[in-house]
Amino acid sequence: MAEVSIANYMVNFGPQHPAAHGVLRLVMELDGEIVERCDPHIGLLHRGTEKLIEHKTYLQAVPYFDRLDYVAPMNQEHAFALATEKLLGLEVPARGQAIRVLFAEIGRLLNHLLNVTTHALDCGAMTPALWGFEEREKLMEFYERVSGARMHAAYFRPGGVHQDMPKGMEEDIVNYLPRMLKVIEDIEGLLTENRIYRQRNVDIGVISAKDAIDWAFSGVMLRGSGVAWDLRKSQPYDGYEKYDFDLPVGKNGDCFDRYLCRIEEMRQSAKIVEQVIAAMPTGPIASDDRKIVPPKRGEMKKSMEALIHHFKLYTEGYRVPEGEAYAAVEAPKGEFGVYLVSDGSNKPYRCRIRAPGFPHLQATDFMSKGYMLADAVSIVGNMDIVFGEIDR
Amino acid sequence: MTDSKAILREQEQGLRDLADHLAAGLGADLLDAKIALGELTIRVPAERIVKVLSFLRDDGNCQFAELIDITGLDWPERAKRFDVVYHLLSLKLNQRVRIKVETDEETPVPSAISVYSAANWFERETWDMYGVMFSGHPDLRRILSDYGFEGHPLRKDFPLTGYIEVRYDESQKRVVYEPVQLQQEFRRFDFMSPWEGAKYVLPGDEKAEGQK
Repeated sequence: MAEVSIANYMVNFGPQHPAAHGVLRLVMELDGEIVERCDPHIGLLHRGTEKLIEHKTYLQAVPYFDRLDYVAPMNQEHAFALATEKLLGLEVPARGQAIRVLFAEIGRLLNHLLNVTTHALDCGAMTPALWGFEEREKLMEFYERVSGARMHAAYFRPGGVHQDMPKGMEEDIVNYLPRMLKVIEDIEGLLTENRIYRQRNVDIGVISAKDAIDWAFSGVMLRGSGVAWDLRKSQPYDGYEKYDFDLPVGKNGDCFDRYLCRIEEMRQSAKIVEQVIAAMPTGPIASDDRKIVPPKRGEMKKSMEALIHHFKLYTEGYRVPEGEAYAAVEAPKGEFGVYLVSDGSNKPYRCRIRAPGFPHLQATDFMSKGYMLADAVSIVGNMDIVFGEIDR
Repeated sequence: MTDSKAILREQEQGLRDLADHLAAGLGADLLDAKIALGELTIRVPAERIVKVLSFLRDDGNCQFAELIDITGLDWPERAKRFDVVYHLLSLKLNQRVRIKVETDEETPVPSAISVYSAANWFERETWDMYGVMFSGHPDLRRILSDYGFEGHPLRKDFPLTGYIEVRYDESQKRVVYEPVQLQQEFRRFDFMSPWEGAKYVLPGDEKAEGQK
């Protein structure tokens, strides 16, 4: 019998594939159906955000952050606002902080609803996605009511938030929450004990705590492996220390644990939202430093000074003292950081965006090696990949 | 309010202790340590970076087990124009540190992959965006830019518009690459006041010169 050479099979997964979560191209080397090597090619959505921000004033840079992780836009703006405030030495009033926390948590709900349900879709369950998206739409209506835009909000500005919440919004959010929790319960009812979902996720994509830290994981990806680390607890910002919430932590570090963590995190987020609204302070929503925060329109009608400030702030912007600052928030996907370097002008000299998804996706090769091709889909889906923030 | 100030003071003290500890542990490798805005930045020689990172990761009083980020900074007017900036996080001690090394286009920085697996893509990105080379990196390919891209976009001398534009050509039925053509001249406003140190010649200045 003649010798047969067996070559490994190369598969091009994506960039146009429904389970690639955007424009991910995975070049996979398969041995039968076992993944031998997996090389993610990224950058297909690279828009040069960091370069663009170097050419924009600090205020003009804000909307770019909505376009990074477009699943939870306000959480990104939060990091940029915190970094700029750190450089400026600006204090945000209590109400501004509370509104930020409120919408950061709504952002977390938006993100986890999308991730849990689309991941279920990758694993063959269609219903959760339909239910989840309905709730997402309702949460985005709150975004729209407060900022005027469903997604690209540009709402968290350095110094506070752009405008106050409309009347009656707090009650509407509180009235809405039980409904959302019911849907989460329903989704959990469909998935947690589901035989197919369990077969696709339990003991898939296992990563130990040590490896997760070595691969620079953060957020749920780290907590799923049993590391109780959350920036909201360990390095609280904008008054997170005032709210009482628990950190769900996984045991096995597999896809299923991370799914459970996300479900529980949504409940905790709802809990934070309730607390924020119950203790919502009154007062200004943004710093009253008129050299940085623009005046309200009503004020401009009466005050020359306000008019001058408005003109200066929307043309030249404000100058930020020379220095460098790194600020990070616990975005739904993990640690989202902004490293700002200022040269004392009105534009950032450098704005580095540290996206949590970037190191997560990097570990695809490490995590999917030795698993089946279909498991790789589950692993990538479970990582919570959004290309806006990875490719920047 | 006083609470947060007390916490800040405590953090500053923690950073100072850490800086002292690093000065003792790293010795001559520590060129400079400074605390600003509640963040510790240290400078080390580029060729010693792997040793410094291993020390920071393994030392009992540091335990910076997580590499948050590696990125570059471009200062074209400097002889060694690039800073490579490492951000580390210690989950155990809840502290951060920033490490900077200097390099230029030719001198490679030793790769940190042997210390942190996560350094791989961060270094690839720094290479792609700034053209900083990393020695000992197993796979220093471009990561974010297009296949076949030339140049390093985040360098300060790389124009915002780039050099090449891409479009779909209906007659050739394929994507074509062409040099960038701007319909309007690219405008960049610097908002520098002519009274406060704008160093270039403003239009009309030559008339004043002629009168002298």
